[in-house]
Amino acid sequence: MLLSMQGISKAFAGVPALKSAALEVEPAEVMALVGQNGAGKSTLIKILTGAYRRDEGSIAFDDRHVDFSMPAEAQAAGIATIYQEINLAPQRSVAENIYLSREPKRFGLLDRGAMRRGAETVLATFNLSIDVERPVAHFDAATRQMVAIARAVTQNARLVIMDEPTSSLDEREVAILFDTIRTLKRSGVAVIFIGHRLDELYEICDRVTIMRDGQTVAKSPMADMPKMTLVRHMLGKELAAFQAIAPDAQSSDSPVRLELENAGAGVRVRDVSLTVREGEISGLAGLLGSGRTETARLVFGADKMQRGAIRMEGQVRTYREPADAIADGIGLVSEDRKIDGIVPDMSIRENMTLALLPKLKKAGIVDRARQDEIVERYIRVLGVKCASPDQPIKELSGGNQQKVLLARWLATDPRVLIVDEPTRGIDIGAKSEILKLLRSLADDGLSVLMISSELEELLAAADRVTVLSDGTSVATLKRKDLSEAALLAAMAHQATQQVE
Amino acid sequence: MATIETPAPQPSGALSSGNRVLTLASRYGTFVAFLALILFNIAVTPNFLSLQTLNVNLTQVATIVIVATGMTLVIATGGIDLSVGSLMAIAGALAPMIFMGQLLPVGSMALAVTLAFLLPVVAAALFGLFNGFLVTRFSIQPIIATLVLFIAGRGIAQVMTNGNLQVFKNEGFQFIALGRIAGIPAQVVLMIVIVAAAWAMIRYTVIGRQIIAVGGNEKAARLTGIPVKRVKLFVYVMSGALAGIAGLIVVARNSASDANLVGLGMELDAIAAVAVGGTLLSGGRANIIGTVIGALVIQLVRYTLLANGVPDAAALIVKAGLIVTAVFIQQRAGRQ
Repeated sequence: MLLSMQGISKAFAGVPALKSAALEVEPAEVMALVGQNGAGKSTLIKILTGAYRRDEGSIAFDDRHVDFSMPAEAQAAGIATIYQEINLAPQRSVAENIYLSREPKRFGLLDRGAMRRGAETVLATFNLSIDVERPVAHFDAATRQMVAIARAVTQNARLVIMDEPTSSLDEREVAILFDTIRTLKRSGVAVIFIGHRLDELYEICDRVTIMRDGQTVAKSPMADMPKMTLVRHMLGKELAAFQAIAPDAQSSDSPVRLELENAGAGVRVRDVSLTVREGEISGLAGLLGSGRTETARLVFGADKMQRGAIRMEGQVRTYREPADAIADGIGLVSEDRKIDGIVPDMSIRENMTLALLPKLKKAGIVDRARQDEIVERYIRVLGVKCASPDQPIKELSGGNQQKVLLARWLATDPRVLIVDEPTRGIDIGAKSEILKLLRSLADDGLSVLMISSELEELLAAADRVTVLSDGTSVATLKRKDLSEAALLAAMAHQATQQVE
Repeated sequence: MATIETPAPQPSGALSSGNRVLTLASRYGTFVAFLALILFNIAVTPNFLSLQTLNVNLTQVATIVIVATGMTLVIATGGIDLSVGSLMAIAGALAPMIFMGQLLPVGSMALAVTLAFLLPVVAAALFGLFNGFLVTRFSIQPIIATLVLFIAGRGIAQVMTNGNLQVFKNEGFQFIALGRIAGIPAQVVLMIVIVAAAWAMIRYTVIGRQIIAVGGNEKAARLTGIPVKRVKLFVYVMSGALAGIAGLIVVARNSASDANLVGLGMELDAIAAVAVGGTLLSGGRANIIGTVIGALVIQLVRYTLLANGVPDAAALIVKAGLIVTAVFIQQRAGRQ
């Protein structure tokens, strides 16, 4: 066995990220490592490469007990990590990148001829013939990745870790990458392949290790693991946690409020069509990397839509900036509160009224009385637990921050509210509270587009669910057809059920 | 998309006493230093408690405060403006050319003086717009974008004046630096008005909240519909205009405009005042009053050393020490 990680545990600030996780890799095999956001894949890899210290567990590489304290040590031992393109110097040449920090020297000076010949030779083994003296930045993503892999090979890497290597590649580039991986295998190198696109995993990987909630939940040869089972392992089931709060199938469909038709942008969103109806919660499901967040950003004007159309109440609309979408009555509670949700140093009051500010002004001055009235009302209605509206939002718990961000949009009286993972990172009590709140808002006529990785949430709250796979909407399930099995099937993209 | 598990939020109210001291120091440290300097001077410097000392210090600090107010706004959005000194030189070179009739023929002196106040400030504001344009349209880092005019601006001023010293005497124009309103130097009154307006803008207006939000989390600001680019343009225009006003005061005070010297090193004084005053250089906060006190502290340190026979060169070293201390305290307090 090439690599054996056993009983790995790690906690951050008392919160366990890994609970006795395990990972084993044989020589010359491609091991898929899959799991949802927060399952612990990255933490496990960082512990392997020495970026994090483990709390418990043992690691054996090449049958020797190892304990890397920094990535350079792992690299020296023969473990190379390929991030999307991070560890290349874009303005240096291909040859310089391949030999970075190990440059061949002659009389104490760089031996450029040897560098060039060496780079050309190693790239030739991957059937790549390029001008190795040109800067890396001049080549496309797939070639850059190949350069990173070539760099790993010249370092005599025996295990190459690839973290989402295909996420920014098109189909042709993926094919080239897979050829490269097969070449690596033939020369005895093992690969850990972190990825989310199931078809790719089944094409290139020999075995799969599945992680959930910091634990290794399954390990199997790829061929013995049906897609459905794999998805089920990744998502787990905690269905008991929620009661269904959506009404049973309505007799007639309410009018369509927002419609997305064949929308696309880049490689992340290929072809998405969906509808959000008046007074409904429309779910958006899909595995990590299926393009859910990217779709929401297109609707909201945060990213540029390259193909397709948005219709708001029947009218074709173009949103160049979020401000345009907001003017049309759309709100977006984003996925990662810290990155693009809260303004951490500002108070609860200011955070809650940021989107409302233009409507709160009299001659450019904030109407403080109205602001206070709105803030106090939402703190009361949503039950935000805080010392005072002046408290900086960063001091609140995740659930309370989320309520403030919901209030930010509710205060604008939107017609469509997009919520991206509305219950991520908040405790179970606050979770069902937020779901019930969304449900009651929908009952009052709001249209909600809810992105969620948690099946039980969608099953509990959504009136219909559109399933994305690899940037494409593959199925739309109405309430009466909604079941765990149906969702899983659509996510695994086995049966394509077009209900509408 | 590599993911890193986020640790649970820290419970609030669990600050260690060390952190609390740092927090207090970052909030009130500059003010305490200011008071300490005053007490020290009362005890040591002869004739410190006189109206003349007050006037000297206030008139000297006025231009720094005015420029630093604009700088505070820029820094609050997470930017920086290195061009302010050069814009002062441009405004300072333009004004005498206008009221001395070199630029355009103007009949009445009253009109000429009015234009000499307005046009240079408008010009400086337009140069500020250029800065903002580079930052927003081409996404050039603010430090590089404003470096363009830092270099070119002084050149423009020198070309306009052929590098000559412009000497003048014009009571109407020089009122801005030499006149008094109710016994208070006009430039001090102007400084107070500008500071009060900026303070009120940050505190009470929509654009003020938007400036802070853009600096606090630009991505979030954009997603709440804040016109991020327009907000940034606004702060660079304000910074330019205020630098223009400061340039007018400097030349009026000297009865002369020297494009080589007006506003020289002002960008650093202004940034120092902002940093010492407790506004984070990373953006998201705008402490106007802090900036004023920061500028006063820097001014008082210099005055204290000079009045007690320490050369100006040594004062520069102390100034640098102050900045390091202020930034250190902020960083430590910000980490809690």
